[in-house]
Amino acid sequence: MTLTRRHLMASTAAVLVLTGTATLAESHIPADATLAAEQTFVYRVGDESPSIDPGKVEDTDGSDMVRQLFEGLYNQDADGNLIPGVATDYTVSDDNLTYTFTLRDNAKWSNGETVTAGDFEYAWKRAASPALASPYSWYIELMSIENASAVIAGEMEPDALGVTAVDDTTLQVTLSQPLPYFPQMLTHSTTFPVLQSNVEEFGDDWVQPGNMVSNGAYVLTEFVPQERAVMSRNTEYWDNANTTLETVTRLVVADENVGLTRYLAGELDRTDVPAGQYPRLSQEYPDQAMSVPLSCSYYYMFNLRDNGPEEFQDPAVRQALSLAVDRDIIVDAVLAGGQKPAYNFTHWATAGFEAPEIAMAGMTQEERNAQAQELLASAGYGADNPLTVDLVYNTNESHRAVAVAISQMWKQTLGVETTLANQEWQTFLDARGSGDFDVARGGWCADYNEASTFLDLMQSGSGYNDSKYVNEEVDALLANAKTSDNPNADYAAVEEIIATDMPIIPIYHYAAVKMLNDQIENWPVNNFQQNWYAKDLYKVAAE
Amino acid sequence: MFSFILKRLAIAVPTLLILVILSFILMYAAPGGPFNSDRPLPPQVLANIEAKYGLDQPFWKQILDYVWNVVVHFDFGPSFQYEDRTVNDVIAQGFPVTLTYGFWSFVVAVVVGVTLGAAAAIKQNSWLDYLAVGISIGAQVLPNFVMAPILLLTFTLWLGWLPGGGWNGGQWQYLVMPVIALSTSYMASIARITRSSMLEVLNSNFIRTARAKGLPTRRVIFKHALKPTMLPVISYLGPAFVGMITGSVVIDIFFSTGGIGQFFVNSAFNRDYSVIMGITILVGALTILFNLVVDILYAWIDPKIRY
Repeated sequence: MTLTRRHLMASTAAVLVLTGTATLAESHIPADATLAAEQTFVYRVGDESPSIDPGKVEDTDGSDMVRQLFEGLYNQDADGNLIPGVATDYTVSDDNLTYTFTLRDNAKWSNGETVTAGDFEYAWKRAASPALASPYSWYIELMSIENASAVIAGEMEPDALGVTAVDDTTLQVTLSQPLPYFPQMLTHSTTFPVLQSNVEEFGDDWVQPGNMVSNGAYVLTEFVPQERAVMSRNTEYWDNANTTLETVTRLVVADENVGLTRYLAGELDRTDVPAGQYPRLSQEYPDQAMSVPLSCSYYYMFNLRDNGPEEFQDPAVRQALSLAVDRDIIVDAVLAGGQKPAYNFTHWATAGFEAPEIAMAGMTQEERNAQAQELLASAGYGADNPLTVDLVYNTNESHRAVAVAISQMWKQTLGVETTLANQEWQTFLDARGSGDFDVARGGWCADYNEASTFLDLMQSGSGYNDSKYVNEEVDALLANAKTSDNPNADYAAVEEIIATDMPIIPIYHYAAVKMLNDQIENWPVNNFQQNWYAKDLYKVAAE
Repeated sequence: MFSFILKRLAIAVPTLLILVILSFILMYAAPGGPFNSDRPLPPQVLANIEAKYGLDQPFWKQILDYVWNVVVHFDFGPSFQYEDRTVNDVIAQGFPVTLTYGFWSFVVAVVVGVTLGAAAAIKQNSWLDYLAVGISIGAQVLPNFVMAPILLLTFTLWLGWLPGGGWNGGQWQYLVMPVIALSTSYMASIARITRSSMLEVLNSNFIRTARAKGLPTRRVIFKHALKPTMLPVISYLGPAFVGMITGSVVIDIFFSTGGIGQFFVNSAFNRDYSVIMGITILVGALTILFNLVVDILYAWIDPKIRY
C-alpha cells in the first residue's frame, strides 16, 4: 500500500456480541443467484510480502493471504463483528484477567489432523520467542499476555507465556492487565495457529507450497514470489461445504496503472484505483469502482523536541498552520477518492469513537483563514518577518500533490514560505525518527478497531511519537482509558487537547479506493479494516 | 591466449573483492536499515532480529563472515526483507526469468539490428536506408517505460491477444511484450553502429580489391565485409548482453515477470543488505566474464589483435 510500508491492520471487530453457541454460517448465497461456472478470484497487490508465516507476517497484503490459509480463534463478518472461527465460545474471569476459550472439535488441518488448543499455545509462544525474532512479536505484548515482555526480552523461556492448552479443546489465556478489546485482537494473523510437527519437519521452508499444512479455507498450491500465489480450496476445512470460490490467485503487479489495464482486460477481479482516477472510473464503471472507509489517518507532525525549531514551540503558530489548510480542497480536488477531511486524529469510522465538538470543524474556511492570520500575527510573524517552514515527505506522487497544495494554502493565506523536500522512504524514516525536520508527513493505520490504536501515539513515551509531543494530562487520560468503562470520554478529551495543542495537523481520513469485478459478490464493504475472507465470496455468472 | 585468460580470471578475484567491500561500505553508509519502518520495533524485538542476522557484530566481522560464507559455502545468507527465503532462493527464482527474456531480447536485438544496419549501409541513401535509420532513431528515443504501457494498451486491452503480464513458467505469450520492450533500444543502437561501421568497411581498400577481382556483391558482403564490421558492434554487445540478462526493473515492474531487476531495486529501497550484495556480486561477476568473452572474440575476429 502506498500509505505505509509495514503496517498491519489487526483484524478486530467493532461490536462484540458473542452468542454462547457456535452457529454454523448459513449459506451466504441467495437462492436466485446464478453462479459462474468458474469460481475464481484474482486480485492485485503491489509488492511481495515479507512473509506469509503467521508468526512473522507484518503487512496488510501478507495478512490478507494468511487469513485465507489459516483460521484463528475468531473471524469477522462482513461488518467487522466477531464470529466464531476455531473457537466457539469463551468465558472471562471476574478480574478480567483470564480468558478460557472452547474450541470446536471438528476443525482440521489440511493433512487431516485435528486443530487443538495446543496448536494455538505453540503458535503464540513461537511468535513471542527471540529464536523466531518475529518483527511482529510485539503484537503478543500488545495483547497484554502475561510475561510477554519478559519472553520477548529473553529473560524468560517462551514456556512462561500466559497461554496454556488445558485439553485439546480448551485454551486458557492469562493477561497481565485487563484489556477490554482483547477478544477483538484475536482475528489478527499473528494469533493464528501453526502445526508444530509441520514447522519442525521443514524449518524455514515450511511455508512453501507442498510443505505447508494450514487450517484455513484454502491451502497454498503455487507460490512464485514477486509474481503469483495460488490458493485452492482446503477440502479438510470444517466449513468447506459453505466455501464457494475454488481458487484465489494473488498477482504482484507493481504499477497501479498496469493493474488497471489488466483489470479492464479482464485479467484481475480486484485492483487499486490509481490516484486521481476515481471520479472518472466511478462514472464509467459505477458498479465496479468503490470507495470505502479505511482505518488510516493522514497528518503532518511538528517537531516539538526541545532542540527542535523554535517557531513551532508556540501553539499559536501550529494552530495557524492547521487552520489555513483547506481540507475540502485536499479531499475533493487533490485526492478525489472518497477520503474525508480530518479535524481530529482518530479515524471517524473507528468503532465506539465519537469525536468531540472541535471548533475548527464547525467553521467555514474563511473563518479559519481569518483566525489563522490573527494567530500568526500575534505570534510575531508577518510580511516583514515571514515564517519559513521545511516540509518533508516520503517520495510519492500523491504525497507530493498534497504537500504542494498545502504549501500554496500557507503561502496565500499566511505568507508562509515553505520548502518542500521529498526523501526516499528509509532516509525519510531516519530523518523523522531523529528529529531532523520542521514539519513531516505521517500516516497511521489502526492495529485494531478502537480509538487507542490512534491516540496512543500521543503518549509521551510512545515509540511512534515522532513529534516528541509531551503532555502529562494526555498520558493520564490514555492510561485511564485502559480500564475505564467509558473510554470514549477519555478519548474525546484527548482529541480536544490535541485540537488546542496541535502537535499534529490532521489532514484526512483514508478511504480504500478499488475496482472490484461486479460478478464478485459479498465483498465486506462495511468492514472498516477491509479484512476479507475468500470463503465468504462467490462469483455470479456474467449477465 | 590461455595464459591471458588465466591472468584475466586472476584479476577478477581482487576486483570482485573490492566490489564487495565498497558495496558493503556504501550500503551501510546509507541512512536507515533493513528493519526500519514507520512503526519502529521495540528495542528488544529489534535486538532479537539483529542478533539473528548477525547485525550486532562489528562491521569488519560482518564483512569477513559474509565473504567467508560466500566463498566457502556459496551461501549468500538469508534475505532480510523476504523472511521466508534466502538470497540463493531469490536469485535461483529471479535470475532464470531474467536470463530467459534477456537472452531472447539479445537475439532479437542482434538479428534485427545487424540486418537493419547492414541493409542501410549497403543501400546507402536509398529509401531502405532512410527507413532503417528512421526506425532505429524512433526506437532509440522511445524509452522502454513508454514502450511498455503502449504495448500493454495495444496487445492486452485493445486487441486482447497477449496476457498483460506475469511469467507462468515462461510460456511464449508471456515473453513477447517483455522481449519487444527490452530489445528495442538495444536494437536501435546495434543498427546504428552496424551501419556506420559497415559504411567505413565498404569504403576501405580491401573491399575495393575484392570488388575489382569481380566477386559478386553477396560474397563481398558476407565473406569480407561482415566480419570487420562486427568489431565495434561486438564491443557494444558485451556490456549490452550483461545489461539484458541482469534484468531491467522497468520490464519487471510493467510486466510483473518476477525477474531479478525488481528484486535488485527493491532490495536497495528496503536496505535488504544480503540481497543487495548477492545481486551486486552476480552482476559484477557476469560483467567481468562477458568483458573477457568480448576480448576473446576480438582476437578471433581481428587477426591483428594478439594477447
